[in-house]
Amino acid sequence: MLTIDEIRRQFPLIAAQGSIYLDSAATAQKPQIVLEEVEKFYSEENANVHRGMHALAEKATVAYEDARKTVAKFIGAAAHEIVFTHGCTESINLVAKSWGKANLKKGDTIALSILEHHSNIVPWQQLQEEIGITIKWIDIDDDGSLIIDNLDDVKLVAVTGCSNVLGTKPDLKLIIEKAHAAGAKVLVDAAQLVVHEKIDVTELDCDFLAFSGHKLYGPTGVGVLYAKRELLESMPPFMGGGMMIGSVTKEGFTAAEIPQKFEAGTPPIAQVIGLKAAINWLSQYDWNDIATHEQELISTATDALNTIEGLTILGTPESSCISFTIDDIHPHDLTEIVGRNGVSLRAGHHCAQPLHERLGVVATTRMSFGIYNTKEDIERATEEIQKAIAILRPA
Amino acid sequence: MDLYAENILDHYRDPRCKGEGSGASVSKEEDNPSCGDRLTAHLWIEDGSITKIEWEGTGCAISQAGMSIFAEELEGKTTTELLSMKKETVYELLGVPIGPRRFKCALLCLHTVKNAIRKHEGLEPQMWLETVEIDED
Ligand SMILES: Cc1ncc(COP(=O)(O)O)c(C=O)c1O
Repeated sequence: MLTIDEIRRQFPLIAAQGSIYLDSAATAQKPQIVLEEVEKFYSEENANVHRGMHALAEKATVAYEDARKTVAKFIGAAAHEIVFTHGCTESINLVAKSWGKANLKKGDTIALSILEHHSNIVPWQQLQEEIGITIKWIDIDDDGSLIIDNLDDVKLVAVTGCSNVLGTKPDLKLIIEKAHAAGAKVLVDAAQLVVHEKIDVTELDCDFLAFSGHKLYGPTGVGVLYAKRELLESMPPFMGGGMMIGSVTKEGFTAAEIPQKFEAGTPPIAQVIGLKAAINWLSQYDWNDIATHEQELISTATDALNTIEGLTILGTPESSCISFTIDDIHPHDLTEIVGRNGVSLRAGHHCAQPLHERLGVVATTRMSFGIYNTKEDIERATEEIQKAIAILRPA
Repeated sequence: MDLYAENILDHYRDPRCKGEGSGASVSKEEDNPSCGDRLTAHLWIEDGSITKIEWEGTGCAISQAGMSIFAEELEGKTTTELLSMKKETVYELLGVPIGPRRFKCALLCLHTVKNAIRKHEGLEPQMWLETVEIDED
């Protein structure tokens, strides 16, 4: 059992403001310990990593590499299979531009699900434009579950672990098995999933997995790419610069070993340290307790929202968030009004326009959950939604 | 002053000058991609002046009420005057505080009408950047 009061007290923004924050799928709030660790790094250990022999440089390098081990352990990988990036978006771009360009050619097909966030669509569409690959879309049924049929002739499946709109979770194991049987690689966009359930990349057997630190109660500006060792070794570098090289002459360069090969330039060191703190902080809780708490929030929210006239919940949410529409009310008006009364909900297409088009809606309102949310948050939000409707609904 | 002032809500619930624009001199659709607000302006233009406007659209209260309030002001205005109209004029008409999150909703009416006139005059549509005249200070 989680003691939510005690958890809330650890989040300055949640504890101080008494605000109802239901937008953790966009970015999560940060516990005090993460803020402290980042500040401590800057005030006590700040130096660049992997360059310099002085004591501070060593401290910083040790801390940075230590964080890599923490991340690796957190998702069941080996440390050299963890590449630090600046966010989930960059991680996916790295795969598209490095692995994709080296392994895909004109006429090859990759599969994306219709649930995807723009960051797992556009990098592939750029390859479509540049090298002429074909994108095949995996559709959903009315519950928002993927209809996984034939993955033959596909070279890569890029799929989210949890929809950031519908809160549905594709059956990753099934997709990965089918894809591998067809000789395809699988990239999992774990931006949402990573906060809500235990991920073990070895057990899942995915080829690539990407996520951001900031949705995981960590800092912005840091992301992670996991890739299987053989893949990382065979992939060409992504960006060029310092750190990613073995040696440079006037004639050319050799690439560093993995994972440095993919970490050009000064990395987000303080953010990596903050991410480590966030993972350690989250790891003190049991995943089953987190899931139980979250299921309660989702069922409370589903029941509460369903009492609102004209409200339609999209799909059947399983984790992370619930999105809905309300007849005659535009999500931006709704979230603006409830926002002024201290309730943070998100409105729009949530960077998933193809999904919205598939659902036949322009914009939705999303309520998303973090470990610190309570049933009272949901009750307050529901009341504020009712009040906003009374203001807005055409007579 | 509240963004959802009675005036805004009144126009949102009961929009003025709505119509399909059959027989208009020009029709132009524009959208606010971040919100999905959409407006189509149908203008009747004679001797460089607006003689009539109808419009259609979907979206948030600010964008729809904005168009309704703006439409009521258009008759008799010259196209030259409208093409050089500043965003502040629209803000004054709306009479509510427009913050950084909602300015595109509020200015969609101006953007659409300007681009309808530009289309009528055979000009390329202007970009949002020009409509919102982002100050570079
Ligand atoms: C499912 C999903 N994928 C990818 C991303 C992109 O993450 P970031 O913007 O941190 O790179 C997000 C964030 O909104 C997301 O929800």
